[in-house]
Amino acid sequence: MTVNPYLPQSAKIISVKPQTAVDYTFIMESEIKPTSGQFVEVSLPKVGECPISVSDFGEGWFEMTIRRVGKVTNVLHQLKVGDVIFVRGPYGNGFLMDKYRGKEVVVAAGGTGLAPVKSMLNRSREYGGLTLLAGFKSPADVLFPDQLKMWEQDFNVILTVDRGDDNWHGNVGLITQYVKSLQLAKPDEVEVIVVGPPLMMKFTVQEFLGLGVPEKNITVSFERKMCCGIGKCGHCKIDDTYVCLEGPVFNYTRAKGLID
Amino acid sequence: MGYKIQIEDFNAILRELRRVYRVFAPVNMKGKGPYAGTDLVGYAEISKFEQVVYNQKTVYSAKEALFKPVETLFYFTEEEFKQPAIQTNKILIFVRPCDINAFKRLDEIFINNGPYKDNYYQQRREKVKFILMECGAGFDNCFCVAMGTNATDDYSLLLRPAEGFVACQIKDPEFDAYFNGFNDSMEITPRFVEKNNITIQLPQNMDIDNDILNNPLWQEYTLRCTGCGRCNFVCPTCSCFTMQDIFYRDNDNSGERRRVWASCMVDGFTDMAGGHAFRNNQGDRMRFKVMHKFYDFHKRFGYHMCVGCGRCDDICPEYISIVKCVNKLKSSSPGGE
Ligand SMILES: Cc1cc2nc3c(=O)[nH]c(=O)nc-3n(C[C@H](O)[C@H](O)[C@H](O)COP(=O)(O)OP(=O)(O)OC[C@H]3O[C@@H](n4cnc5c(N)ncnc54)[C@H](O)[C@@H]3O)c2cc1C
Ligand code: SF4
Ligand code: SF4
Ligand code: FES
Repeated sequence: MTVNPYLPQSAKIISVKPQTAVDYTFIMESEIKPTSGQFVEVSLPKVGECPISVSDFGEGWFEMTIRRVGKVTNVLHQLKVGDVIFVRGPYGNGFLMDKYRGKEVVVAAGGTGLAPVKSMLNRSREYGGLTLLAGFKSPADVLFPDQLKMWEQDFNVILTVDRGDDNWHGNVGLITQYVKSLQLAKPDEVEVIVVGPPLMMKFTVQEFLGLGVPEKNITVSFERKMCCGIGKCGHCKIDDTYVCLEGPVFNYTRAKGLID
Repeated sequence: MGYKIQIEDFNAILRELRRVYRVFAPVNMKGKGPYAGTDLVGYAEISKFEQVVYNQKTVYSAKEALFKPVETLFYFTEEEFKQPAIQTNKILIFVRPCDINAFKRLDEIFINNGPYKDNYYQQRREKVKFILMECGAGFDNCFCVAMGTNATDDYSLLLRPAEGFVACQIKDPEFDAYFNGFNDSMEITPRFVEKNNITIQLPQNMDIDNDILNNPLWQEYTLRCTGCGRCNFVCPTCSCFTMQDIFYRDNDNSGERRRVWASCMVDGFTDMAGGHAFRNNQGDRMRFKVMHKFYDFHKRFGYHMCVGCGRCDDICPEYISIVKCVNKLKSSSPGGE
């Protein structure tokens, strides 16, 4: 019989960890072998499917960080350790890890955009240097707080929130203003990754270009509506590009020409 | 090889064919038209040659034989996925050249695009053979000649209705046996339309840049188009779909996953969680559709997606014409007049 590419595989939840009121991290027992920046289609029979980035992975497991926003994600958040869900993938291209080896790397992540880059931040030793600029709406929205503390030991982390509160003593303001204050010794040799909501990506990329980072050194990751993840359903297409096949990770030289 | 075959004899052959093939053709569906008391020419299984409607274009294309408007991908029972049984019958479809060429476009997406093949489409596709229908002088809104889709040699049989008989060309040896014993032979080769009343001016060297994006011509469609999506649903080359899970009312434990035809002209096509969406007005959607049919599919696969069947222009309740749109694009773009 021919292979059915829509048929998902079962995956058991081995850990559920709330990050914020609406974002939970799930660790799944699974044999899929993703790379950083790829995504899977998460499947709940009778409810539906949705694309979710792989936020981390290892031998026999992978991790997803999922925001509760609708049909599928609402039900996912009710699940417990030991429950079985279904996944297919991994899909998409992921980050070209070779591009970053030994280089000075700056990652700018807005909100849930931190999830798809988490696994590559955990490989900080492979780069020549690493800076993370992470922006969230408010202190209650900060993802991976424990991980952020660990990362602060290993590399330069700039954490900011749009609006602080009485208990917040850290940075306040948009990511873009912190890009301006980066001291880049050789901006033309820095590799930059920008992931987040569409407007955040647009303005953050402009800031990096303003600092003299060449377009070809900037990588972005797109989100589009996706029903199939495999180049059939048409929802993710921009011009002649299928975001699910040739993306979601794009070099800016290509991304800038993709007009919806 | 060609034969002249009396209608009664042909219907006997059809009976034999139907032991092996399901035979689909355009037929007149009484009362199924858009207005009370009107008919619709559409695809259905036939048992007699006289049922085949040759003198009109079908409203919907033949694509639904392979790509169904609603298709169950899985049945769910408890926590199991079960694929519905794939039909084992071979299929024969009466189709015109543009629609045969349209299947090549669907093959490109469902089978060739990306590393995965759509097994639902492919398994049916492997069972399908085409019976070529000629078009005479062509029909309203056809522009197949300009698209280069007026001719094809991807067919098994050519059947031409004539006075009291059917002129048959048997191109595929698989069918020779059915015509054994008929010796009223004749020369027959397909006649393709060589000129349409409508011509389309395809812009050259187009690129989706700010000139195209900001072309004021799209605004007209924001005003006129109601976003009903019919232009996509009748199109033989539109291949987009949306997934849909349902559960059965009488048993929460079971349900199914379906895919249903989707339209880039209808609200919701790009909606993402968080309220993000792209192409929020009908002008932007018209641009997306037109560029896909006449530009970016070509950029990716080397030939245009549109086959010039004119069905989108036939169906639009707002009298929007894709041909007029492309011609206006040509005359208002730098590569144009
Ligand atoms: C490549 C890729 C990677 C992704 N990675 C992740 C990830 O790692 N983590 C993650 O959480 N998500 C991720 N997403 C987004 C995720 O796919 C969606 O959140 C998910 O599809 C929602 O599915 P659902 O069935 O729960 O919601 P649905 O019920 O399908 O969606 C909710 C719908 O309600 C509407 N809606 C929702 N919120 C609002 C609002 N505030 N205002 C107006 N309308 C609204 C939207 O139209 C949306 O379509 C990713 C998406 C892509 C394409
Ligand atoms: S775009 Fe219109 S004319 Fe072209 S193939 Fe589709 S329905 Fe036919
Ligand atoms: S058929 Fe006409 S009105 Fe309906 S979506 Fe297409 S162009 Fe718009
Ligand atoms: S998600 Fe279906 S084509 Fe990309």
